[in-house]
This record gives sequence, C-alpha cells and structure tokens, in this order.
Amino acid sequence: MELKSKDLLDIKSLDREEINLFLDSAESFKEVTGRDIKKVPTLRGKTVVNLFFEPSTRTRTSFEIAAKRLSADVINFSISGSSMSKGESLLDTARNIEAMSSDFIIIRHSASGAPHMLAQCLKSSVINAGDGSHEHPTQALLDLVTIKERKGGIEGLKVAIIGDIAHSRVARSNIYGLTKLGAEVRVAGPPALIPAEIESTGVSVFYNLKEALSDVDVIMVLRLQLERQGKNYFPTTREYARLYCLTAERIRDAKEDVMIMHPGPINRGIEISPEVADGLSSVILEQVTNGIAVRMGVLYLLGGRGEA
Amino acid sequence: MSEKVIIDSLGIGRALSRIAHEIIERNKGTEGLVLIGIRTCGIHLAKRIAEKIREIEKCEVPVGVLDITLYRDDILTKKGHPAVRKTEIPFNLSGKVVVLVDDVLYTGRTIRAAMDEVMDFGRPDMIQLAVLIDRGHRELPIRADYVGKSVPTSKSAMIKVLLSEEGLEDRVILKEEQ
Repeated sequence: MELKSKDLLDIKSLDREEINLFLDSAESFKEVTGRDIKKVPTLRGKTVVNLFFEPSTRTRTSFEIAAKRLSADVINFSISGSSMSKGESLLDTARNIEAMSSDFIIIRHSASGAPHMLAQCLKSSVINAGDGSHEHPTQALLDLVTIKERKGGIEGLKVAIIGDIAHSRVARSNIYGLTKLGAEVRVAGPPALIPAEIESTGVSVFYNLKEALSDVDVIMVLRLQLERQGKNYFPTTREYARLYCLTAERIRDAKEDVMIMHPGPINRGIEISPEVADGLSSVILEQVTNGIAVRMGVLYLLGGRGEA
Repeated sequence: MSEKVIIDSLGIGRALSRIAHEIIERNKGTEGLVLIGIRTCGIHLAKRIAEKIREIEKCEVPVGVLDITLYRDDILTKKGHPAVRKTEIPFNLSGKVVVLVDDVLYTGRTIRAAMDEVMDFGRPDMIQLAVLIDRGHRELPIRADYVGKSVPTSKSAMIKVLLSEEGLEDRVILKEEQ
C-alpha cells in the first residue's frame, strides 16, 4: 500500500485505505513513544521545517517532537522575525527554505489553500498543520486514533461535533475522516455558526444541543474562534455558554461511556465546563499524546515517497 | 524457475531441537536468557525454540518481538514504505543474554538493524544469533552462532521459509533460475 501524494494537505482527498494506513502506523509509533529511548534513526539526515504563520503551541511542538523522535533535524520559523514581515511572499519564503534542502515543510497559515499552493511548487513534502477554516488533517487523524483506541473502531459510532463549525478546520477534517470510515456525524451549534450546505458532506444538523447529544458515543467540542469571527455571530459569549456549553448535566443525554474530545486550547466555561474538561469521560490529554505518534507516522509514510 | 524443498517439516523440527540444545549448552543453562524473534518468521521460530527449551530444561524463557523497519538502512532510498509494526519487548534487556532469532541469514543487514534496536532497549551482556537457514552472501561482518542448515545459494535464488503459524505446511523452499 502506497500513498498517492507526496503531501498531506487534507482528509477530503484521502481514501479509506490511506486513512487506515495512517491510523495503523500511528498505533505502531505509539509503541516507540512508550520506550525508554524514544528515538529511532529512521529519518536521520532529513530536515523538517515548521513554517507557522499563526500562533500554535500544541501542533508545532507536537510536530517538532515527532520529527526529533525520528532523528530528523527540525527548524522552526515563526512569522515574527521572518522576512515575511519585510514583505516577502509566501512562495518566495518557502522556495528559499527549500533551497536550504528541506525535506518536509509543515505549514500553518490563515489562508485556506496556502499549503496546496506550496505543494504544487515545491519538491518537499508539504504537511498542512491547519489552513484558515479549511482543514487540519493531522488533528483529524489523531482524533480518529483516539476514538479507535477507546471504542475499538469507527464504523457505526454516533459522533456529535458541537460549537463553531463554520470557522473550524478541525470540524471539516473530522467530518471527512469520520464519514469515510462509516461513523454517523451530527453537527450542532447556533445557526450562524453552521455553514450553509454542510449537509452535503453527509452530516445531520442540530440547533438544539439536547437533541444532538442524545445517544452519542463521542462528543467533539470545538473552540469558539472569536479571533476568526470578526463580526458578531451571537449576542454574547454568556448567552452562547448558556445554550451550548457542554456541562455535566448535558452529557447525561449521551451514552454512558461517551468520550469527550476537544482539539484545544479550551475556553473553560464557554464551550466546555471545567468539570467536563477534567472529568473521567474526557480524553483531551490522550489526544495530545496520540498526536505525536500520528505525526511520526505521517512523516514516516510521506518520507518514503521522496526518491525512486 | 525450479523449486525444491530443501528442508521438510521433520527437518525444521530437528534443526530447532538442536539449536535449543546448543543454546542451553553454550550458555550453561537458561539463566538470564531471552529470545527475540525478528518479524515475522523469526517470532514463530523463537516461540518454537522457547517451547523446546521448556521441554528440555523445564523453565520458561521470555520471548520478545522485534520489528526492525525503523532501523533499516534502505528506508530512505527505497520507494514506498513497508508497514511499521510493533516491537514488543516487555522485559528489561540489561545484563541479559539475548538470542536473536530469524529465519534466513543473507546480507546481514537485518541483523545489524536488529542489534541497533536491541541496544536502544538496554545493555545486554551478550547478543547471539540463531537462524534456520544461512544462505551466504554477507555484506557485513556478521555470523550466526546457531545455524539450522547452511545452504550455498546464488544471489538470484530465492529462499522461502513456510511455517504452520502462517497457515502453511512447514517447509523451506529454494527457487532457482534455470
């Protein structure tokens, strides 16, 4: 089994087999991350460049640790202090980085499609670490791994994704991944934060949280992306919290063994209450742990396509 | 391609019995002994040797599983990647005598990778190597301590070890171009 592309840009264009290949290798890499010496020599001599045009702690650190555990060299670029602030275009910056012989470019950008543009122009493997409100493929993969680990599989599960669907790349990637693997996906949130025609991706839409959570196996809570919204989609965050905050009371409608996920960073008391975020059903920190194994798997599998 | 069976089911059993005896004799018992099978055939062979040792010495020898994929030296030059599977070594290797078990010893590159990986799990007192078939053509200074059968081959020949654990009848086949 081989991947079709040198890049990982989205979940939408992956087929079921490719997604499963990523999930299976993550499982194997999880064993590596549990060793005393958590480093293997696989990507020795390869260079991974983290190109982050938006703030990130989790994802950037996770990619950095993943690359280092595979023995690759890692270079971090962040927007402040780069020549982008002197007016250089994204493509010029990336070409310059590639001229220093990078093998992987991991990019986060506020413009949807930025990684796709780079992927077409560069020989390096481009990995999308979140582009605008488009996709965040490694987050979806790590969510899938976490669900599979807890529930034994994805097929047939009822998953509710709640909150700011419109601005969420995590939601989009997860919707594609979950539906491709046979889960039943519901989205719930205030009407203004549910994108038009989202039903065409195979999900059902709920505006009432109680109905959406009834009998679900998995709840994914999204962060309210106030910085991306720009205008008012709802009157106040207090009102939002009153209607959509995931509280202990509200998860009683879900299955007893429901798992609660959140891609982080969490706004306690806005989209999720502290007792739920820290509760027994919460797998938020497992998601972070699995992220490293997933990203090791992604680097490993993409690295194999470079040379003939 | 001509195909011939060079060891049958009985022969494999006898070779593994002899290897089990030699391991016990060389190490003066089973104190501190662990077997580590290299995926996939090596695991089955390691388990069979452990079973034979149990019959002879009436004691259990721990068996681990090694997946050497991440330590291969051709991983970045070959197109496409072999699936990575788990290494399972649920015991400490420091101070132990590790016997690596594999089906066929050829270039020695797999064993180089296996030794590197074992070293990352601890500092064994000694690493020994047991193989069912030694077919020659080494590319590294590596030799086996226990050999089921030495089979001189041409480089174009193929050796296949078939085992009942994989749903096949136990036998070793040599395929040669005419």
